[in-house]
Amino acid sequence: MPTLNDYLVLSAVLFSIGAAGVFVRRNLITILLSIEIMLNAVNLTFVAFGRAFGTADGQIIVFFVMTVAAAEAAVGLAIVIALFRHRESLNPDTFTALKW
Amino acid sequence: MLPVIVGQIAMFVVVLLGLVHAAAGMVWVERKEAARMQQRVGPTRVGPAGLLQPFADVLKLLFKENLRPAAADVLLFYIAPLICAATAFAAFAVVPIGPETTIFGLFDEPLKLQVADVNVAVLVVFAIASMGVYGIVLAGWASNSKYSLLGGLRSSAQMISYELSYGLSLVGVLILANSMSITDIVHAQGASLLGIPSARWFVFLQPLGFLIFMTAGIAETNRAPFDFPEAEQELVAGYHTEYSSMAFALFFLAEYINMVTVSAVATDLFLGGWYFPFVPVSFGWLVFLAKVGALLFFYVWMRWTLPRYRYDQLMSFGWKILLPASVINLLVTAAAVLYFGL
Amino acid sequence: MTLFYLFAAVAVLTSLLVIAQRNPVYSVLLLIASFGALSGLYVLLDAPFAAVIQIIVYAGAIMVLFLFVVMLLNAPHEDTQYDERVHPLLRPGPMRFGAALALLLVVELVWALSSGAPNEQFGPTPVVSVAMIGKSLFTTYAFQFEVTSVLILVAMVGAVLMARREPRADARREGR
Repeated sequence: MPTLNDYLVLSAVLFSIGAAGVFVRRNLITILLSIEIMLNAVNLTFVAFGRAFGTADGQIIVFFVMTVAAAEAAVGLAIVIALFRHRESLNPDTFTALKW
Repeated sequence: MLPVIVGQIAMFVVVLLGLVHAAAGMVWVERKEAARMQQRVGPTRVGPAGLLQPFADVLKLLFKENLRPAAADVLLFYIAPLICAATAFAAFAVVPIGPETTIFGLFDEPLKLQVADVNVAVLVVFAIASMGVYGIVLAGWASNSKYSLLGGLRSSAQMISYELSYGLSLVGVLILANSMSITDIVHAQGASLLGIPSARWFVFLQPLGFLIFMTAGIAETNRAPFDFPEAEQELVAGYHTEYSSMAFALFFLAEYINMVTVSAVATDLFLGGWYFPFVPVSFGWLVFLAKVGALLFFYVWMRWTLPRYRYDQLMSFGWKILLPASVINLLVTAAAVLYFGL
Repeated sequence: MTLFYLFAAVAVLTSLLVIAQRNPVYSVLLLIASFGALSGLYVLLDAPFAAVIQIIVYAGAIMVLFLFVVMLLNAPHEDTQYDERVHPLLRPGPMRFGAALALLLVVELVWALSSGAPNEQFGPTPVVSVAMIGKSLFTTYAFQFEVTSVLILVAMVGAVLMARREPRADARREGR
């Protein structure tokens, strides 16, 4: 039977895969997808701890995290669309106007 | 005599084959009903009264050439109809067809007439319906053609818009039945209403909810009057323009099975499932099939009677009329349950 | 136990493929598969409600939004100053540094989590029904629930405003 640590290790691995995606990829949409992977890893941690303590709080926090993720994805994608209209590119390296 | 596990596996096979034959039957029903409404006779040559027409159609589709546009994305092009068909079948796994029965002593324990009895079954139906959007949007994208992409995007936007009203109209039923398991909801409708036994159907307690559910269900399955995305006159054939032979047959099959699933879920949740006043519960599955058949007749009737909604009218209807109506229905139901203790 | 390993392997493998794909449409589809595996893990953790809303909300709504944006923008290739023929994860420079950072992160997290909590089995299955979750949401967490609805409203308004095309000020000035 899997123990709590198994779930936590899995969640750590998923979180760092998401972090690697954010660091390495040069495509705005893939970066947003990697952020979603990180949020899911956190959800898994919450549900695992909720099960370990025997309460429903884990699932409730997952509910809120999912809502926040939906809101953030919507606004993030709207910004990506607006940026794409200006520069015809999804590469974050082209948006350097605010650099010194 | 037989262990109940044999019955459960048999149930799986029965549902699978039953759905495929139901889709074939629906092809025949649609053509005959459309013909009669238009004062002609429909197919009569293939088999008695044209009953073998669906099999002739399938044979024709099988022998057609399997085309694929050269610039189409191969993997997605062939996965899309699979997703459509798979989600159509999967949603029927949690729908019960009749009461628990031992089939006249054949099994040790009562066999539940559904493939899986989950205690969040209503949410599972909803989840699988929302996965069905991907088949359509991927079909539109993978075909690499303007008509297909437009049709696919429009169709999926329509489906996700009407999912909201679909789900909200179900919440009224959940409030009345106090459970998310479809079997429990059907049992809650077996109580008596105004002295008539087995008449506490939720369609009488929630008429607006039923109307909203059926309307959203018709929109979810992309049937007329909400079938703009596959309108033959406007978009050639929308998202399945570039498909032929078996892939097209799979889309066709998926559409009819989605219709059957929506009708079956509406029967279980609103029309009392297998309960009918003064009919013994052991004939429950016949009652269920009769009700599903009535709803499917209604579906085909709608297609051949009503004109098609234009796309902006369709979206405006879904967001500005159906969604507020379902919210109001929810509020009124909740207030009535609290006040009248239904 | 085998189910846990199966779902965990699918989740990790598809997540790795998500960040390794060039084509964003494949990335989105692989991420949906990853969400499916996570949903299976939630079912193993006796959380059917979380599993189903993961499919309905994440895989069924948020990913459809991503797919729409990817299809409408239709820009599958990332053009960088790096050599296009080398795979993104193998290029020299800042990318390798980023990958090294992520590796460091995973080692650190696994060490921290393994040496912290006592490694014991889960207790008996708690009786958590959807009714209990709903009751808790509307009583204990009622304020957070209402704030979340305001958050969604703000996000809706923001998304519509951000993605809107600029009104044609010149055309209006010309009196057309």
